[in-house]
Amino acid sequence: MFRTRPLDHLILILGALFLLVPVLVAFMTSTHTATEIHRSGLTLLPGDNFTATYAKVLTQKGGFTGQITGARMLMNSAILGIGFALGKIALSMLAAYALVYFRFRMAVPMFWVIFTTLLLPLEVRIMPSYQVMAQLGLLNSYTGLIVPLLASATGTFYFRQFFKSVPDELLEAARIDGAGPVKFFIDILIPLSRSMIAAIFIIMFVYGWNQYLWPMLMTTEERFFTLMRGIKSILQVWVGSNIPDYNEAFALAVLAMLPPVLVVVIFQRWFIKGLTESDK
Amino acid sequence: MAALTLSAVSKSYAGPALAVDRVSIDIQDGEFIVLVGPSGCGKSTLLRMVAGLETITAGEVKIGDRVVNAVDPADRDIAMVFQNYALYPHMTVRENMAYALKNRRVAAAEITARVDEAARMLELAPYLDRKPRALSGGQRQRVAMGRAIVRKPAAFLFDEPLSNLDAKLRVSMRAEIRKLQRRLGTTSLYVTHDQLEAMTLADRLVVLNGGKVEQIGAPLEIYHRPASTFVASFIGAPAMNLVDAQITNGHLHFAGAEFALGQTDHKGPITLGLRAEDLRLAAPGEAFVALKIDHIEELGAQRLIHGTADGQPLILSLSPSEPLTDTLSVHIPTHRLHLFDTLTGKRLPGFDAAVTASQTVSSWAAR
Repeated sequence: MFRTRPLDHLILILGALFLLVPVLVAFMTSTHTATEIHRSGLTLLPGDNFTATYAKVLTQKGGFTGQITGARMLMNSAILGIGFALGKIALSMLAAYALVYFRFRMAVPMFWVIFTTLLLPLEVRIMPSYQVMAQLGLLNSYTGLIVPLLASATGTFYFRQFFKSVPDELLEAARIDGAGPVKFFIDILIPLSRSMIAAIFIIMFVYGWNQYLWPMLMTTEERFFTLMRGIKSILQVWVGSNIPDYNEAFALAVLAMLPPVLVVVIFQRWFIKGLTESDK
Repeated sequence: MAALTLSAVSKSYAGPALAVDRVSIDIQDGEFIVLVGPSGCGKSTLLRMVAGLETITAGEVKIGDRVVNAVDPADRDIAMVFQNYALYPHMTVRENMAYALKNRRVAAAEITARVDEAARMLELAPYLDRKPRALSGGQRQRVAMGRAIVRKPAAFLFDEPLSNLDAKLRVSMRAEIRKLQRRLGTTSLYVTHDQLEAMTLADRLVVLNGGKVEQIGAPLEIYHRPASTFVASFIGAPAMNLVDAQITNGHLHFAGAEFALGQTDHKGPITLGLRAEDLRLAAPGEAFVALKIDHIEELGAQRLIHGTADGQPLILSLSPSEPLTDTLSVHIPTHRLHLFDTLTGKRLPGFDAAVTASQTVSSWAAR
């Protein structure tokens, strides 16, 4: 049996610090005023400006139109992240279901076509995608933000592999039990895929939450701004003798980090439960 | 409940070879039929064609009076028990059993009543709210049985349901399945590769080889009158001894010994079949075959002696009380011979007289 030695602990502790300290610095720094930060730089000690900064960030109306608050941006990011993750899961599950359980012509070539789109990330096709959305009149809408990103080769691939590992006897038993394709999918396959869904949700939510380029192109109205753009716009006010609101940028960054952390913590529990509960 | 009729059922995959080759079986209402054969003989394919999980290439499957070739598995009025149980892992035992009924829109009260009844019958009542993973192998198998029972189908189909269980449990589940089937009187088709399971469960056995029916008959009938060398070597443990012998002038010549057969038209080389338990040590003065012992399997109640007689392997079953020497004198009782054509492997007629009436009475006929 492998015994953990002090050296192992040291490496683990160093690794943990390496990941945690920047977050801690960001949080601590965000509790100071912008002037203090400008004067003395980053800090590891808490300041006394916590409530003021966070209240301001969440509720103060800002931007060019003076209409957008941090809370609104948080909501937009959440809509993007959740819509993105759920949409991707729904689409890729259905695609994988078709690929695995239905024999149709060209199923295998079709799968490889889907698979090769992994080589074409958003950035490569961003101009055509933008044009399509513009012509459909979907700029400045949640639909336009979410729908073009939904097709997911990764998700389809994972679900395909998972469905292939589901024993054939289950399908046969369900067929004899009188479950049609839709019933089998809803009653058997979806509950069995819980851990897979949780895993993909984590990945896709974080991916959607962190989108920057696409929302920036798709939306020009400030009411659709996401947190990622908000952080950027705070730092863009370096005009004349203005000191950028470092504290607010840090506060927004910390806020932007919280939901993905929550999603990971919650779904990981579900995910691990699914892994340990499954049996043959 | 219904009769099950298979007429000239065939299955071919890619290529000219038939996985199942014109199999015809008439199964009476309430009969327990076991399909037995080595792996790859087409027995599972045949079962799955009856279930509707495989398409039927040629021939006709009838359940009751209805030809079901093109009928969906769910509408065939059959229930199937799978080798690895195929329980839905995310549903409780109760939900597993109720699923088929729910899909058929049976009233909730009726579902509860039927599930409870099946659970009582199978002694599953304390486990109804557990998930399958919290059950032992035997309990899971019983849930799979329960799922079949609640449907009240015309026929049960079993696809090697006991092969995932340990030896002891297999014996007790075997008895349970038999008892349950008797009690419900549901026509059953059961697939296994275990000849012992086949012998003990079946009203009638169907021995399959290479997609073809070798023999259909009651277990004892097949044991005592195997239709071919294949059946002879497959049914019974230890397998029947099959050795080359010669017939001249109504006398059997084997390993230097000669046995009078009485009147017979056969002559020339034949394959001689001898059950291990039919052989015995020769009394002084009797004709005998010299058996050189290779090794001995001690089974407690008896010992199996593996040896060679004239270079041909022979297994002999003896009581442990018999004294052993390096070479045994073995007597071959002529009324217990099985003679097969050396080329075709088919049983030669005319040597069945020794099988007494009581031995051929099958459990089916006795009911």
